[in-house]
Amino acid sequence: MTERVPIAEGSEWTFELLERFEQEISRIARGYRLDTYPNQIEIITAEQMMDRYSSIGMPLGYHHWSLGKQFLSTEQHYRRGHMGLAYELVINSNPCIAYLMEENTLAMQALVIAHACFGHNSFFKSNYVFRTWTDASAIVNYLLFARNYIAECEERYGLDATESLLDSCHALMNYGVDRFRRPRAISAEDEKRRQDEREAFLQQQVNDLWRTVPKKAPHHEERWPKFPKEPQENLLYFIEKNAPLLEPWEREVVRIVRKIAQYFYPQRQTKVMNEGWATFWHYNLLNTLYDEGLVSDGFMFEILQSHTNVTYQPDFDSPWFSGLNPYTLGFSMFNDIRRICEHPTAEDREWFPDLAGRDWLDAVHHAMENFKDESFILQYLSPTIIRDLKLFSIVDDDWEKEIEVSAIHDDQGYRRIREGLSDQYNLSKQEPNIQVHEVDLRGNRSITLRHIQHDRIPLDKEDAKAVMKHLHALWRFDVRLESIQDGKVTASYVCDDESVRRLAGDAIA
Amino acid sequence: MAFLIIDRRQESRNKSAVNRQRFVRRFRRHIKEAVADAVNRRSITDTDRGDEISIPRKDISEPVFRHGAGGHQRRVLPGNKEFVTGDRIKRPPGGGGGSGRGKASNTGEGMDDFVFELTRQEFLDFMFEDLELPNLVKKQLKETDTFRFQKGGYTKVGIPARLNVLQSFKSAHARRIALSGAIKREMTELREELASLGEPPSSPERARDIKNELDRLERRLNHIPFLDDFDLRYNNLIQQPLPTSNAVMFCLMDVSGSMTQEIKDLAKRFFILLHLFLKQTYKKIDIVFLRHHTVASEVDEDEFFYSRETGGTVVSSVLKLMRDIIHDRYPTSDWNIYAAQASDGENWQDDSPIARDLLVNSILPLVQYFAYVEISEHTEQALWRAYEEVLEKHSDCFAMKRVTSAADIYPVFHELFKKKAQ
Repeated sequence: MTERVPIAEGSEWTFELLERFEQEISRIARGYRLDTYPNQIEIITAEQMMDRYSSIGMPLGYHHWSLGKQFLSTEQHYRRGHMGLAYELVINSNPCIAYLMEENTLAMQALVIAHACFGHNSFFKSNYVFRTWTDASAIVNYLLFARNYIAECEERYGLDATESLLDSCHALMNYGVDRFRRPRAISAEDEKRRQDEREAFLQQQVNDLWRTVPKKAPHHEERWPKFPKEPQENLLYFIEKNAPLLEPWEREVVRIVRKIAQYFYPQRQTKVMNEGWATFWHYNLLNTLYDEGLVSDGFMFEILQSHTNVTYQPDFDSPWFSGLNPYTLGFSMFNDIRRICEHPTAEDREWFPDLAGRDWLDAVHHAMENFKDESFILQYLSPTIIRDLKLFSIVDDDWEKEIEVSAIHDDQGYRRIREGLSDQYNLSKQEPNIQVHEVDLRGNRSITLRHIQHDRIPLDKEDAKAVMKHLHALWRFDVRLESIQDGKVTASYVCDDESVRRLAGDAIA
Repeated sequence: MAFLIIDRRQESRNKSAVNRQRFVRRFRRHIKEAVADAVNRRSITDTDRGDEISIPRKDISEPVFRHGAGGHQRRVLPGNKEFVTGDRIKRPPGGGGGSGRGKASNTGEGMDDFVFELTRQEFLDFMFEDLELPNLVKKQLKETDTFRFQKGGYTKVGIPARLNVLQSFKSAHARRIALSGAIKREMTELREELASLGEPPSSPERARDIKNELDRLERRLNHIPFLDDFDLRYNNLIQQPLPTSNAVMFCLMDVSGSMTQEIKDLAKRFFILLHLFLKQTYKKIDIVFLRHHTVASEVDEDEFFYSRETGGTVVSSVLKLMRDIIHDRYPTSDWNIYAAQASDGENWQDDSPIARDLLVNSILPLVQYFAYVEISEHTEQALWRAYEEVLEKHSDCFAMKRVTSAADIYPVFHELFKKKAQ
């Protein structure tokens, strides 16, 4: 290869240089078969980054105090120097929008372009969870629709009514996703067009359900079919369709929160993979740039230093420890897949017979496209990584006096650690499993939820009580939640009109 | 591959302002409490700024269904040093959860308070919310003899100093286009005709006519002036009546031997609050510091707060001085006058009735509001009783309160200036 001059010296970036880097990185990325949405890079200031940051990366969100809270705490931490701001933020949309801070040096901008515009971007486009559950081309329009709709509600029905409705929806947001069924694509135009129709229709449907006038204790015991027939996991969906007293506009707001929850669901399922993939590629892309002589030694030092910071994993007993760093875990795993393909050891051949000796690029693409965190870890976490990170597994049982170390990085432990870690990223195990169990159609219209308890792990009581109040605010009849372990009720939470009144009384007094 | 770089730096940076407002609106009650608290906590010298406000985190948490501590929980951690399988570790202190708590608190939020910063203006707004300056209206409506000049478009006549160059050139440009358009069009047509006649022209006479006509038009074009008189535009200024916005605040303080530095600090807090409050309403405020023991004198701020005197107390002396100063320097037609008096309540026995009469006859008719603060832990003294008589007849412009500690200052201030229900 002919000796090539570096693209730039010094650390100041200009628009021309950014463009130049985008082109070079894009060329290299094509060589690695990274398939991306078109990139839209937006340069913003630190203040604007705080804005973006606190709207959880939604380019436009509806207004709500919780986002204000987010903003205030970001601002506070930033001002006090407790945290740096993210260098970038990237949005799963088409074109893929990446925010770059103007404060970044040229090297940082290059790193961020490689990380966000090619790493995350290609992940959004190719990973099956994103492909199945989100529609990148429709999201921006949908968010705009949502914001306008909520603003309209605030105007028509009042700030307080809208705000408390949103509060209630947010409390159940994690239960507003279809975990197993593919959702319908969202589109702002369709939403608007169908809105009136749907409002009328929905209301009618709900009325049908409740048409039967509740009778006083019927004597002849005829069997009514249980409703819902099957337990329902999407609480917000169930409320939107079946809550007896919600106004049409309220149903619409529930729907909006539900759709946005659905949009973010894949991100929550692929934290490790997504960050790992982006880190793996900024590392490889920039190293290739360096190998081609397009960037200087100093430039590369800065990149590597930042890369090292990002992938630093404090030990469990360190004061800095706050869980496993998804960057570290993801990056090591993708790196390890490459290593196993290129330089397999005897152990690797035994654990990953399919990977050893295979084309590494095929292998990492396959891994990125077809897994989410839990399955990715279950499939690819190798003994090498368990040893490198010195992973160990503990069991904390409240029936025992002490915590037990159940596995460490040895032959007996690898599989248990792998399964344990996979569970740790399984959202349906990390979040309490709560489903709609039954609605008393004929009686007092109460709704009963069931929490299927595993390993005796209880709900957080305070939060559960608070969420029940929100649920009551939406359902508007008695709400009940039962924790069930092995067929027995271990805890139950009730929120009825009486307790709501009592609480309101307390608040006034 | 298509890509786009957009510079957004110039765009609005306060996208979150609305959400921030929503937050402040929702937690009004908490913030108000915190503000009142901060006012009392602050040192006297820095009352005039924003502050950090903290709200108990449990009050602003957003609940979700999540796992609590307990049950049989497993967890994978990095950085094993000496553990081997089967080791038993003591639970770390701090609840049954400890390190085995799953991801119970994955947001990293502890239970400490939620802290954020209020800007100075927000802080003051909260501080003086539902307070009002009594008797403010009458002055403002009556006094409209001061004016302010304000920009109001452009005029065609004016003095050279107010010439607006840009607007003048714009109208000159427009005029030139309007006047020259027809001529230029005609010239273009003639030139085309001339060209169509060929070279040499097929009709020399017509060619000569055209050339003459072109010359004539050229001359007309040259006669259009570049800048004409009626192009000139002047900035227009309109007179806006301005309500009287002058206020003077009299700070009256007893500096006799019985006033300790602590008592004076309390008084100072009160004066500073009053000053800040007046500043919310008035652009410019004069402050007059009057102190007294047996005789009264006007002093500067430092001396007012920090010098120490001994001896007895004659309150009427300072009221007389105040009356005289109002007469000399602050005619009531131009000034809104406020006064705050701080004292430990001690007065020479025979003086209290005199002070009362002075207040009723010569001072209260002149001022918008007179507030008396007694900083004392003792029982009421003669001065208090004398002032109580004033309060009975003049509760619209006179108020009095007792203060015993720094924590009382803000509530008392609040009480004194509370909005009165009509």
